[in-house]
Amino acid sequence: MNEIIESVKNLSIGFNSQKGKQISILRNVSTNIKKGETVGIVGESGSGKSTLALAMMGYIKQGLFPLKGECLFKSDDLLKMSSRQLEKIRGRKIAMIPQNAGQALTPNLKIGYQIDEALRLHTDLNKTERDKKISELLNKVRLPSPETMAFRYPHELSGGQQQRVAVAMALAGKPDLLLLDEPTTGLDVTTQAHVLELLRFIAKDTGTSMIYVSHDLGAIAQVSDRIVVMYAGEIVLEGPARKILKEPIHPYTYGLLKSIPKLSLAGLPASMPGSQPQPGSINEGCSFYDRCNLATDNCKKNSPDLEHIKKLDTNVRCFNYKELINQNNNLQTSITKKSNNSEANEVLKLKDVSISYAKQKFFDQLLNKISDQNPTVKDINIDIKKGETIALVGESGSGKSTILKSIAGLLKTKDGQIKFENDRILSSDLKMRNPNDLRAIQLIFQNPDESLNPNHTVEQILSQPLKLYFNLSGEELKKNIIDLLKKVRLGEFYMSRYPRQLSGGEKQRVAVARAFAAKPDIILCDEVTSALDVSVQAAVLNLLQQLKEDLGTTYVFVSHDLAVVRAISDRVAVLYQGRLCEIGPSQNVYKFPSHPYTEVLLGAVLEPDPDIKPKLVAEDIVEEKPPEKGCSFQGRCPRKIGDICNSKVPPWQIGENGNAIRCHINIEELASLQQ
Amino acid sequence: MENNLITEDIQKNKLEKAFEILKTMASKPSGLIGLTIVLFHVVLALISPYIAPYDYKAISPNTMLLAPSAEHWFGTDSLGRDVFTRTILGGRTALTVTFFGSLIALLWGGLLGIFCGLVGGKIDDVVMRVVDAFLSIPWILAMLLIVSLLGTSTEVLIPALGFFYGKGIVRVARAATHDVIAKDFIVSARARGHSNMSIIWNEIIPNVRDAILVEGAMRWSWMLLGFSSLSFLGFGVSPPTPDWGLMISNARGLMSFAYWSVIAPIVGLSSLIIGINLTADAFAKALGIDRSTKAPV
Repeated sequence: MNEIIESVKNLSIGFNSQKGKQISILRNVSTNIKKGETVGIVGESGSGKSTLALAMMGYIKQGLFPLKGECLFKSDDLLKMSSRQLEKIRGRKIAMIPQNAGQALTPNLKIGYQIDEALRLHTDLNKTERDKKISELLNKVRLPSPETMAFRYPHELSGGQQQRVAVAMALAGKPDLLLLDEPTTGLDVTTQAHVLELLRFIAKDTGTSMIYVSHDLGAIAQVSDRIVVMYAGEIVLEGPARKILKEPIHPYTYGLLKSIPKLSLAGLPASMPGSQPQPGSINEGCSFYDRCNLATDNCKKNSPDLEHIKKLDTNVRCFNYKELINQNNNLQTSITKKSNNSEANEVLKLKDVSISYAKQKFFDQLLNKISDQNPTVKDINIDIKKGETIALVGESGSGKSTILKSIAGLLKTKDGQIKFENDRILSSDLKMRNPNDLRAIQLIFQNPDESLNPNHTVEQILSQPLKLYFNLSGEELKKNIIDLLKKVRLGEFYMSRYPRQLSGGEKQRVAVARAFAAKPDIILCDEVTSALDVSVQAAVLNLLQQLKEDLGTTYVFVSHDLAVVRAISDRVAVLYQGRLCEIGPSQNVYKFPSHPYTEVLLGAVLEPDPDIKPKLVAEDIVEEKPPEKGCSFQGRCPRKIGDICNSKVPPWQIGENGNAIRCHINIEELASLQQ
Repeated sequence: MENNLITEDIQKNKLEKAFEILKTMASKPSGLIGLTIVLFHVVLALISPYIAPYDYKAISPNTMLLAPSAEHWFGTDSLGRDVFTRTILGGRTALTVTFFGSLIALLWGGLLGIFCGLVGGKIDDVVMRVVDAFLSIPWILAMLLIVSLLGTSTEVLIPALGFFYGKGIVRVARAATHDVIAKDFIVSARARGHSNMSIIWNEIIPNVRDAILVEGAMRWSWMLLGFSSLSFLGFGVSPPTPDWGLMISNARGLMSFAYWSVIAPIVGLSSLIIGINLTADAFAKALGIDRSTKAPV
């Protein structure tokens, strides 16, 4: 068990900048991987975690080169091997599972053939043995009907199934070490939990060592024995998973854990100031100095070494870690947020809204016939009160973004009405809306890289709504822009910058500022924090909450992340296949009894705590179309009672906590079932 | 990755940026050669009337088909005119006509392409089918028809060439627009209620400008070749105005014993076309557009 299979010694990797400076991305990294152990490498984007993981299989991205140090697999340095020698090791001794299996699998080859290819390369089995092995592998990764699966093409599989195939391919060569680069990041919550469960099982079953790279401490917590925390190209903390997650003794890890929204906490997570330094910008002192609240003058001048603490079996890179040792009970705290006034008027009403992506056929159009009887989104009734934050939650394909788009007027509704202020019907066509209604509803998008024009300066970006809605110009325009930047806590000097010169969090702040420039009544937030790092996410959530409290804006918040939703929202609506399942005040939706789908979702949430295991109650199959009759969740429901679920749309039932649930099971019965 | 390195050189005005692009273009040998050739031709076209040693239309039976000598550097042609004089003057019409022709092509092709890309739907379908239909007509036949109906003045040639070379730009501009149209910043501008014109001007043009400019530069060199072909066929510049295409056409029968009268205009024309091509490629690389991955339409 204690045999070391791969060890990295003083590894530095860097690149030459355009100005000829040598800039290192990894600095002096040393770590050991033991046999049978799963090591989680965690860090935010740009921390060097992927570079480290790839170097561990002897791969260095183009443009980068090793500056010093070595990567020893058993006793050979991978970085000095020829590509011929590496060929013998990759796949057979070290295998990799990529982030996006959909892109890693060849689209025009059958699954079985692709696994067979791996077997032919890495084993000496003959044809019949290989065929047997393929179905064995497909069985092992728990794919349904492995006999027929081998004859399918990758596009016929769901994302989770594709990822399982990738796992099977990696296992084909019986590797000693498995490398996983964010293997569950692109998957839905329930699928993610299932894949992680599978990986954990495989690690135990085969005794393979694993290196699990992720930004998600929740996923890391589920699989890792040991955790390595990276920051700005250095290892800042390394130790047993439980110790790192429960009693982090590095201020960065501590802050990171605090900034993760948790299901058990109602308020907003605390945010860390600032952002990670860019490679090459640290010349002296600790790389975490300017974000650290324990920093002293010593930290500014001298950079701390990785210190081994025998008692905790932990390595830490901090001068002042002792101050944190007794502080850790504070991890379970959050910032309480002001709740909205429940007496307020309704500002937006969705009444029987249906949205269909199907194009009306020519003849149906002539005969005025409704062609799509089974639209993507159906029967949505939500009343949104002024000043509240309502969240729409669901997995991909649940129709949450579709609803948001039609509120914004970007998608026409098929049926139903959207009513704005005093029951005035808003046209579902953007061109028919009056300018004041357009101003009143603003959008913030998921990815600020896409939502900000790369060829505009921040000043140009922010002046667009100000010019359009308020006809501002000259000094007044400039004053307003500076005010807006101040509101989102950015300095005046950001005005002349282009989006590419800003960090992810700063970009999203500019996007928030642009939405608020219109002085809107309602802001539609489409997964606004999903593209951000955890510590930045917390800061953006806090900013949104602060702005709402100051300006009384109403948010419609779309997210797949139940913990984030718990942190920010007052009311939650759970959607499955474009149909509402449950709606109610957020503290109640997170309590039982709840709709079986909410139960499944809640069970699959990964918490950064090794003691809280996800509860897998339903299959992670993906349905492409909503069922034509009956309950939308009939295909996956773990509590399905019979034919009634397939034939009749379930009635709304109001629980004692005030949340409405759409289920055929009596609500009291549901409560006792879920106890 | 080099984010902070970019932040160091944050604010640059447009002039500095243009200078920066020129510097990047000149940093590679091919770009430097291309720029030098184009610059040489432009300067020559500007100053040639003042430095030409002879009168370009002076016919003399005494100096017919003289070989190159100290007096006549490039020799003389069949009418006894100095080939050097006619060569350095011969690019002037071609350059002016094709330069303005390319501008017109860029303007209408670019704007129509962007518009079609943005609105999509039926309008897009109809316009693109019309463009396709025009693309299928051999341009030289159509040009001959126009020129024989309306004459060969520059007022006819410039818009006619501009029209025929703009068709291809429509496709490029439309494709470039499709690349940005799905981005959220366009959706965001739409949701705010900006007009189509405002979206084209503020959001799309800054993002497709580079691609269209590069395409325009390539079209310029093609148009030069096209214009010279017209002259060669006798439908471009009318004699006695010196023009490379015309000179090649007039002297091509004498190639076997008076090669000098053909070589000079050929070198003039091909060097300019190669120069513009090299410059356009370097320009594209300096802007970060890889032409090799995008087939010209």
